[in-house]
This record gives sequence, structure tokens and C-alpha cells, in this order.
Amino acid sequence: MAARHQRPVAASDSSARTNEKKCSWASYMTNSPTMIVMIGLPARGKTYMSKKLTRYLNWIGVPTKVFNLGVYRRNAVKSYKSYDFFRHDNKEAMEIRKKFAIVALADVKTYLSEEGGQIAVFDATNTTRERRELILNFAKDNAYKVFFVESVCDDPDVIAENIMDVKVSSPDYPERDRESVMGDFLKRIECYKVTYQPLDPDEHDKNLSFIQVINVGRSFLVNRVQDYIQSKIVYYLMNIHVHSHSIYLCRHGESHHNMEGRIGGDSELSERGKEFAAALKRFVKEHKLSDLKVWTSQLRRTIQTAEELGIPYEQWKILNEIDAGVCEEMTYKMIEEKYPEEYAMRDQDKYHYRYPGGESYQDLVQRLEPVIMELERQANVLVICHQAVMRCLLAYFLDKGADDLPFLKCPLHTVLKLTPVAYGCKVDVFDLGVEAVNTHRDRPLNKGQTDAIPAFLRRNSFTPLSSQDQIKRPRLYSVGNPSHTRMSQAPTLPSMQFSEASEGSETVQSENSLNGFTGADTDDCVEFKNRST
Amino acid sequence: MVEGYPRELTQNPLRKIWMPCKNGHIAHRRVCMTNCPTLIVTVGLPARGKTYISKKLTRYLNWIGVPTKEFNVGQYRRECLKIYKSFEFFRPDNEEGLKIRRQCALSALNDVRQYLSVEGGQVAVFDATNTTRDRRRTIIMFAEQNGYRVFFVESVCEDPEVIAQNIVQVKLGNPDYIDCNSDEAIKDFMKRIKCYESSYQPLDEVLDRDLSYIKIMDVGRRYLVNRVVDHVQSRIVYYLMNIHITPRSIYLCRHGESDLNIKGRIGGDSGLSDRGKEFAKRLRNFLQEQNIKNLKVWTSQMKRTIQTAEILGVSYEQWKSLNEIDAGVCEEMMYEEIQERYPLEFALRDQDKYRYRYPKGESYEDLVQRLEPVIMELERQENVLVICHQAVLRCLLAYFLDKTADELPYLKCPLHTVLKLTPVAYGNFFLSSLFQNVNVQRSTEDALQTVPAHF
Repeated sequence: MAARHQRPVAASDSSARTNEKKCSWASYMTNSPTMIVMIGLPARGKTYMSKKLTRYLNWIGVPTKVFNLGVYRRNAVKSYKSYDFFRHDNKEAMEIRKKFAIVALADVKTYLSEEGGQIAVFDATNTTRERRELILNFAKDNAYKVFFVESVCDDPDVIAENIMDVKVSSPDYPERDRESVMGDFLKRIECYKVTYQPLDPDEHDKNLSFIQVINVGRSFLVNRVQDYIQSKIVYYLMNIHVHSHSIYLCRHGESHHNMEGRIGGDSELSERGKEFAAALKRFVKEHKLSDLKVWTSQLRRTIQTAEELGIPYEQWKILNEIDAGVCEEMTYKMIEEKYPEEYAMRDQDKYHYRYPGGESYQDLVQRLEPVIMELERQANVLVICHQAVMRCLLAYFLDKGADDLPFLKCPLHTVLKLTPVAYGCKVDVFDLGVEAVNTHRDRPLNKGQTDAIPAFLRRNSFTPLSSQDQIKRPRLYSVGNPSHTRMSQAPTLPSMQFSEASEGSETVQSENSLNGFTGADTDDCVEFKNRST
Repeated sequence: MVEGYPRELTQNPLRKIWMPCKNGHIAHRRVCMTNCPTLIVTVGLPARGKTYISKKLTRYLNWIGVPTKEFNVGQYRRECLKIYKSFEFFRPDNEEGLKIRRQCALSALNDVRQYLSVEGGQVAVFDATNTTRDRRRTIIMFAEQNGYRVFFVESVCEDPEVIAQNIVQVKLGNPDYIDCNSDEAIKDFMKRIKCYESSYQPLDEVLDRDLSYIKIMDVGRRYLVNRVVDHVQSRIVYYLMNIHITPRSIYLCRHGESDLNIKGRIGGDSGLSDRGKEFAKRLRNFLQEQNIKNLKVWTSQMKRTIQTAEILGVSYEQWKSLNEIDAGVCEEMMYEEIQERYPLEFALRDQDKYRYRYPKGESYEDLVQRLEPVIMELERQENVLVICHQAVLRCLLAYFLDKTADELPYLKCPLHTVLKLTPVAYGNFFLSSLFQNVNVQRSTEDALQTVPAHF
């Protein structure tokens, strides 16, 4: 971490800082974007992996978007009649389907070459060599790298469960009953099987870069990983699983600093905080959470909270609250008085803003990556952490972008239960009924929506870094969701705008409505489905 | 629930970690990666890089804090046999030879048990050919009896060039061939390999589908990973998939002398002094002379490293993780001041410099965790120059030179010195230190004398 300055940054320093970044950006701009191409029969988890991967990559700061061919097809062919459309001898349908692929690829090109996207996930069956040839040529013409992700599964139980979980509620089957849906879908799969040519690592496809995910992650075949980002993708895919589990997130009980309105520090629990810890213990007991792992930070307040539970817990230094540098243990009012410039800058761009001698939310995300990876591997976990940390973790699970992340509502004495459901995550909110102060600050009303990039804004390097093979491109806006707050030219400050629209979602988020999130409420914050114990 | 909860918390004064008063059961993240010890078992014909992988993996795991030790059965055999005559020893019909080899394997397993169950080791790497299903079954049973998890690492390679190069690089210098000339040695070794080939049963996708393993094919071109069951195995797989054997060099140095350096103050974010700028210029000339292919340059996000890189006039990347150790309340103080103002802290630091955490700051141990992604990326890369800081440099160096936690905080990393690491046999590195324009080849020991505790 940088040193704690004795005085706030003077104006003259910031121009030096602006220059600091320029040189390293040059190396970023020369890297090629990547297409991740899914392969597999229907109901093999392609869309599941596409969405999850996209969510992860965006969270770590790599602009990524999914292009789901099913969506293109549904937009054009208004009503789905039956599996006949997918028969390989249905010439007319084949022509139509090929057209969609080409339209989708055109959109991919727009995203990667014009809109500053880094990775495009092409989510379709892509089961024939012919189709893959088409994609490879397209990528070659545009100087994109290609990485295939093939999902191979021959376990009939897994496939059946998959169909019931996601296909039954697909827009393709609005009114059918389950049995006929299952029947039609299985026939659809048969249509593909006829022409399915899996990747052949020994001969035909030995020079391609790919990962074959076999039987939902029991084994993997990885071929010719070219670069850093592909290596991360492989690592991620190898760590996720589909078993049901729940992750519980909460903050420590109210602390003395909380009561005084001070940020940071390492204070103890207040009386009410201790009450919360007791309530949490009852909560854990009531929910009969078997084999629950409990994680805390290394700050006293989370450890005290965990101690009350009477079960073993693990301390992670990387779960510590965001380091507020010179502003540690001050109240917001004190900060405003002592460091008015810093205070203003933070309001301008809360995600990228780094406290002098401290951290930014962006730094936090990098710090928390191993936690996320381990959460993916684990079963039931209760994470007792802090406000900023919890926002970062929540943003990962709920696919919230950099704009929303710093304003997610994570009140004290409230437990969020996250359960993976279909393609997303269900949130249940448990207010444990113990009073506490409110530490939330809403998004400022007239947030600096200036067009000029403010010279004082502190630059942060993107992470994880490296090499010629990964660029962090500024993400301007995504198709279908043009942002009104940004200019269309490449800014010198990389904008971390994540796509809000869930393009490429194959199912309508109907009653499986994942996040329980409605549109923005008055304070521009996330609204939860509320349930108190 | 359990009696005596909630327990009172005290903070360990050295590590600044909150613990319950009465010897609580807190699992620190890194020490407790898995519940049971892991036995990594290599599989493969001779000259397939098994020992390379074993040593590198052991070095990496120890560095991230997982106590690991390798057990090379070849070593046991050499100790037993004293003198190696020829490949005949390895013939599959050599009863005497088979008996001795089996004994050596069992002896090694015994030591494994000692290490994992008695001495508190976490991972043991059993480095041998283990080419038959029968031998592997013996090992699996041994592991089951003792409550260890087994993870196989198989290296498969049919590229004759790679194999030949391997033999030349490592086998010729092997004690087995100390009295032979190269041609004889190579011939003998090839025949040795042949002895194993007929009975080689590679891990099979169907027959071994219940085992946990990674099969590395053609030196990392392709991997087959099966049934990874826990965190440590997942980290091992990730590491193995990121290392390579392409020749390259890693250059490490500190930023040029800074203003705070001159004042004898630690930490902070000051700029370069004139001498510091001078160093950067010489570094630039040095790099131009060396004409290193595709050199990547990395810096931290502190002014002094960035200024150094700027003078080089090449593109570079900033890593926040390369920032100097955070000295917390002691930032920008002189050691004398710290001694005066925080005498207890000063004393604690000398007690256990690796684990000592500055109040509101970091420890070397924290640094290592922070630097792990940097190491992983260094493994993936080829030629890299890392411009960083003293404590950071010590951590990186400890990884490459396999230094322990006790040695790490005392590694000598003076200013204005460039350290060049060149890979040699078995994943190790040869260190040469370069003073400005002068190439000085020093032994590792020489270059890394311990420093008085004061610094």
C-alpha cells in the first residue's frame, strides 16, 4: 500500500500522476480481443457457463459480453412450434439458423472492435466443424483469438435435471406441460446428435485452444492455452460446480466506531453489536446449516462476532475492510472538512477513487478474487465481513457493475442468503431485528456528470495485469444500452461500465427471478426482496 | 453450544492477529488449506521432467506457506547401491534390481509417513517413475492407511528432441554418469528408458477414472485433469498449467535511490534523487546493450519505481501488488526513531522478522500472499524486468532461490544492483548480480550475505 501522506495531494502532483499512467496504456492497446466459443449439445450447461464466466470476467475488470444464438433465433422466428425446426434435413430452417449466426458474429465484431469489448462469449451449440470453421475464419479476419469451451456430458440424470431446471421455463415453451416439454426437448437434442462432431484433440483440432469440460467438471481436457486470460478462464471453470449450496453474507455487529460515525479502524462491538452476534448464533442454529464454514476478516469486530457463534472459523486478512489511508477513523464530516478535494473526488467516481495511502473499491475487487474463487469451490459458507467488502462480493454474485457496486445496500445486522438458481442468484434478506446505526451513504444527487475528464482524478492501474496478451480496454457502452453519461470517444480514464441488460439470456427471468431486483428505486440503490426472521 | 464462548480476544503483539485468550482453535488461512495431508505422486518414463516438476512444485508450495517436501526415490537407490554400473540394473528381468528398487520405494514411503504424520508436513511429493498400476496401487493403499489424499502428476512426452535435450541437460551431470563420457552416458540412458517402456501403464481415462490426477502432455501443450477434490489440488493444477520450460531470464532490481532513502526513512512515496536518476539512466544503457528479446517491464504503483521505468523509455506495467511493504504507523520514520518511539515493536520485529506485522501495516508473510499472482504471472512470462522495492524483492528472490521464511527477511538487496536469474537444471535458478554496467558473477551465498538486523 502507498504511504500515508501527511497532507492531501496537491494539484501539481496530480498531473504527474496523470502522466504516470500513459506509458503503460500503450502496451495494453496492442492486444487482441478474444472470442470464447461454446460447444455442446443442448442442455449441456453452455449458457450456464457462459453467463457465469461473463459475470466473473466483468467483475475482475475485463469487459465481456455474451452473445446467445437462441435469443437471435427467437427474435426472428416469432413463435417456436416444435423440434422440427432443428432437424438437420430441414433446409429452410438451416438457412435461417446460419443467418442468425452471421448476424450474431457481426454484433460480436461491433462489440470487440468498436465498442472496446475485450471478450465475446459466443453461446451456441457450434456442434459441426463447418460452423466452427466459419467462426475461426471470422476471427482470423478480425485478428481475434479464439478459445473453445466444450461441454460434454453423458450422464442422463444430469441432462434431465438440466432440462427441468431451465428449459421448462424457456420462452420456447410458454404453455406446455412438463412432460411434453421434456419430450420435445429430448427430440431436439437428437436432431443435433446426428451431426455432432466433438472436438478432436488428437488430430483435427489439435492446434486449437480449448477446454473440454467433461461430466460437469469431473474432468477436463485443456489444449494449448495461449495467454493469461485463457489461463484464468480455465482456472475459473475448473473451480465452479453445480451442487446446490448457499452463501451467507453479513457484516460484523455494530461497532463503537460505527456508533460514532467513524470509518475504518479496529474497534470492538458495541452492546447492540453483541446482541446481533447472539441473534446470528440463533439464526445459524435455526437454519440447521450443516458443515457450515465461517470466515471472518482479521479485524476485531468480525472475529468477536464469530466468537459468539461457538463454532470454528477462519480469519482472512484479505477480507479486511477497505483501507481508508489518511482518512482512517475519521467521520465523513471530518473528511469533508480536512480533505475537501478528496471528499469531492470520491463522490465523482466512488469505484475508482483511492484514498490517499489507502485503497479503492477497484483495489478491493482485486484483493478479494481469491475469496470469490474459494467461495465457488466451497459448499455452505458464512462470511462475516465489512460494508465495502460485502458490496464487492455481492456485486460479483448479483452481476452489479462498477457504477452500482459502491452503493449496494449492506446494512448492519442483516444477513443475505445467496442461492444459485438457474442462471443467476436468488437473494433472501434476513433482518435479524437488532437495531443499529445506518452507515449507508446514498449516491450523491448531482454526481459529476461532466464531459471533461477531471484532472484530479486519481488513476489506478488495472489488475490483474500483464503482458501483451491482455488489454484492459475502456468500455464505452454496450449495444442496447448506450450510456448517457459518457462520451463515445475513448476516454483516457477507462470507464468501467458494465452491461446491465442481460442480453443473451435464454430464459425469461420469470418466477425464477434471480436477483429479485426491480428497477432503480429513488436513491438509485439496489432493492432486495425483504424477509425478516 | 460450546462452553466458554464467546471468548475474550487478545492481539498477538508480533503478528497483530486477534486470538481467543486460551489457545484457541483458529485456522489461519494458509496453514490450513486442506484437512488431511496430500501425497503427490509423479508418474512417467525417465527424462520426462518429473523431478523438474517435483522440485518446482515443492519450492512453490513452501513459498506460499504449505510445508512440503520431496522424496526422490532415485536418491534412495543411489544411497543403497553406492555405485551405478549400467542400465542392466533396470532390466525388468533383473530380480535383484527389482528387489532393491522396491525396497527403496518403501523406505521413501516410510520417510513420507514420518514427514506427514509426525513432523507436521502438509504435502509430500513422491518423485519416482511409478509407471505400473501395481506400484501405484501400493502407494494408494499406503495413503489410505495413513489418511493421506493422493494426487498423481503424470508427464507424458514423445517428442524425441525434448527428451534428448533433457538427457543432455540433467542426466549427464548426474552422479550416475560421473565417470562416463557423454556418448556413453546417453546410450546407456536411452537403454534405461527402454527398460521401463515395456511395462509402462499410463494413467487411463477409464481404468483410473476414480483417481485424482493431472496428465501433462508434451511439456504443457495439453492437460487432462481428473477429479480435483480440494483447494490444494486446485492450486497445484493451476500452477502446473502456468509453468513452462522456454529459456528466458528474469531481471530484478529496486527503484533508483529515492529522497527518503537518503534521509534513512522507510516507506513513503518519494521521488528519485539525482543518483537514483543516474542509476535509471545506466539501467537504460545496460538494457540497450543486452538487447533482450521482448522484455516486459513491471513496476509498482509508487512514484520511485515508475520514475525509474520512465527513464528507461520503454512501455511498462504497474502492479499495485508490487508496492513496498506497508509499515503502518512506522511509515516514513527512521529506524532510530522507531526504536525510540516504539521500542517494543522494534524488539518484536527482530524476534521474528518474517511474521512480524507493523501496527496497521503488513508483515513479510502478508507480502508473500500479496505477491503470489505476480509469481504466477512471472512463471507464465518469458523475459521480464521487475523494478520494485527491498522487502518485495526479498520475497520474490526467496521464491526463485528457495529461501526459507527465516532467511527471506535478511536477503541482501542493495540499491542500484540488478539481479539476473537464469534457469538451470530442475527448475532452479542461477543468480548473477550486475552492478550498473559491470557484470559480476558471484556465488549465491556471496551475493546474499545476511545483513545486520538493523536493516
